[in-house]
Amino acid sequence: MTAMTDDTLPATPRVIRDEMIAFAIMTGLLLIVPLTGLYPFFVMQGLCFALLACAFNLLIGYGGLLSFGHAMFLGTGGYVTAHAVKVWGVPPELGILIGMAASAGLGIITGAVAIRRQGIYFAMITLALSQLLYFIYLQAPFTHGEDGIQGIPQGRLLGIFDLSKPTVLYYVIVAGFLFGFLVIFRAINSPFGEVLKSIRENEQRAISLGYKTDQYKLLAFILSGTLAGFAGSLKVFVVQNASLSDVEVGMSGLIVLMTLVGGLGTVFGPVIGAFIIVATQQYLAGFGSWVTVIQGSIFVACVLTFRRGIVGEIAHLFRRSL
Amino acid sequence: MQALYAQLLVGLINGSFYALLSLGLAVIFGMLNIINFAHGALYMMGAFCAYFLLNLTGLGYWWALLIAPIVVGIFGMVLERTMLQWLSGLDHLYGLLLTFGIALIVQGVFQNYFGSSGLPYAIPDELKGGMNLGFMFLPIYRAWVVIFSLVVCFSTWYLIERTRLGAYLRAATENPTLVRAFGINVPRMITLTYGLGVGLAALAGVLSAPINQVRPLMGENIIIVVFAVVVIGGMGSIMGSIITGFALGVIEGLTKYFYPEASNTVVFVLMVLVLLVKPTGLTGRAA
Repeated sequence: MTAMTDDTLPATPRVIRDEMIAFAIMTGLLLIVPLTGLYPFFVMQGLCFALLACAFNLLIGYGGLLSFGHAMFLGTGGYVTAHAVKVWGVPPELGILIGMAASAGLGIITGAVAIRRQGIYFAMITLALSQLLYFIYLQAPFTHGEDGIQGIPQGRLLGIFDLSKPTVLYYVIVAGFLFGFLVIFRAINSPFGEVLKSIRENEQRAISLGYKTDQYKLLAFILSGTLAGFAGSLKVFVVQNASLSDVEVGMSGLIVLMTLVGGLGTVFGPVIGAFIIVATQQYLAGFGSWVTVIQGSIFVACVLTFRRGIVGEIAHLFRRSL
Repeated sequence: MQALYAQLLVGLINGSFYALLSLGLAVIFGMLNIINFAHGALYMMGAFCAYFLLNLTGLGYWWALLIAPIVVGIFGMVLERTMLQWLSGLDHLYGLLLTFGIALIVQGVFQNYFGSSGLPYAIPDELKGGMNLGFMFLPIYRAWVVIFSLVVCFSTWYLIERTRLGAYLRAATENPTLVRAFGINVPRMITLTYGLGVGLAALAGVLSAPINQVRPLMGENIIIVVFAVVVIGGMGSIMGSIITGFALGVIEGLTKYFYPEASNTVVFVLMVLVLLVKPTGLTGRAA
């Protein structure tokens, strides 16, 4: 059985340099967006999903764990932040922290259950857990069921930045995304990340070398869930609502699709993939349920012909790590 | 008490569907090493097949019971030959992703033409009405679904565990290379196995058409519940799938009576409990 990613290049100085250059280009592009006349709402939405996909990729790409329920973190971060900001009236930064704390708590509970099985069962368990949470949110009074939480005030971040101004909001979202991205980048290139990769390659051997693999997997799951929740919290300030569609199975599938299109186990793939999928949703919205058919076709095409994803294929072509 | 018996019956019926679907999943997983995410979509196709047969050709329920599994089974075998086949040797997870994509396509196409509302499908004349058992009123069609599903489940069990064909199948699950060396066409067996598993899903779809109506998204939620059933029961044993399917249906029915708020979630909660106590599932062996 071959692993899902073939990230065989060791972390040499050249690899790190390539990734640094790519990071600098990405940051530069994000900073000049407001000058280009590109629709900032689209970019902000793309960034939230990009962070979400990067968090998901930390598990599948580096730990070999396919979570088919990552929407539960997006939804939890979103709902809790929305509720805290709107009902309790807390400032945005505290709202985000509360949302992240809730996602981390969810990560501890669901992770402890899910890591008890590997491979295909892990995927089914996370899917079932997210469905469980979907029904809980459907019935819980604070989420307002089918209506969702609407009209969330954006407020002032740290009492200084007025988030109702589009440009300010844009740079805050960029800062949040870059923060999350760097945390993941740091985690991948740390000793922790190396152990995670060894678990992906051969868990039995990692155990025999004395690593408590369950603890590493749980920690990766919690980190991934917390950052996915962070993406959900940020998204609340962009779209100003939190609804059930963020907790649905379809959303979990989209997260998988974004990462698959961009490239599993690549550093920048999930970002590219997220923007592509958000763009297809935006521009194909007029096609109604054909969008589902198109997304399904992308899934099938990716798995059959294009398993490395866009960034993965480019990196493979040039023997670089991106 | 009337309501309790009624919910028990509903539970048994849902249990029949869980058993038929998880049985198909287990058989497919055994041979193809793929978790068939498209199972719910194919279950829906079975129900639509019955609907088309009735409305386009005038062939009724009994014909649908026979034809729908064959048509959907052939569709499944085409899928296996054109797509799933290419995934052998790759990580199991690719099979899950591919079949998820197939499910999106199938459900999207049907949703586009039929919307999200249900299409009615009448109970056949022979099975209309009900019996008064004294303690409850038993609709004949519902009793038929439970009995027929049990018969199909045990026939499948017999086919796999007690016949020569089943022996080949079990052997090919354990060691396909060796079985091929004995001159048995394993790729063809794999295709037929997928057809069989998918046919069982379509059969469940036909059975559910008169009860639950025919809807493009009817398979979307049930497949997740069936995944939980499979995690609870483990996929190692055919009998395990059947018993777990029926048992969880009944537990769900009882929950609807005693604590309706939890009826959607009880299967998932049970899954969590089983994972905490016995991670390999009730009948599973260690991986």
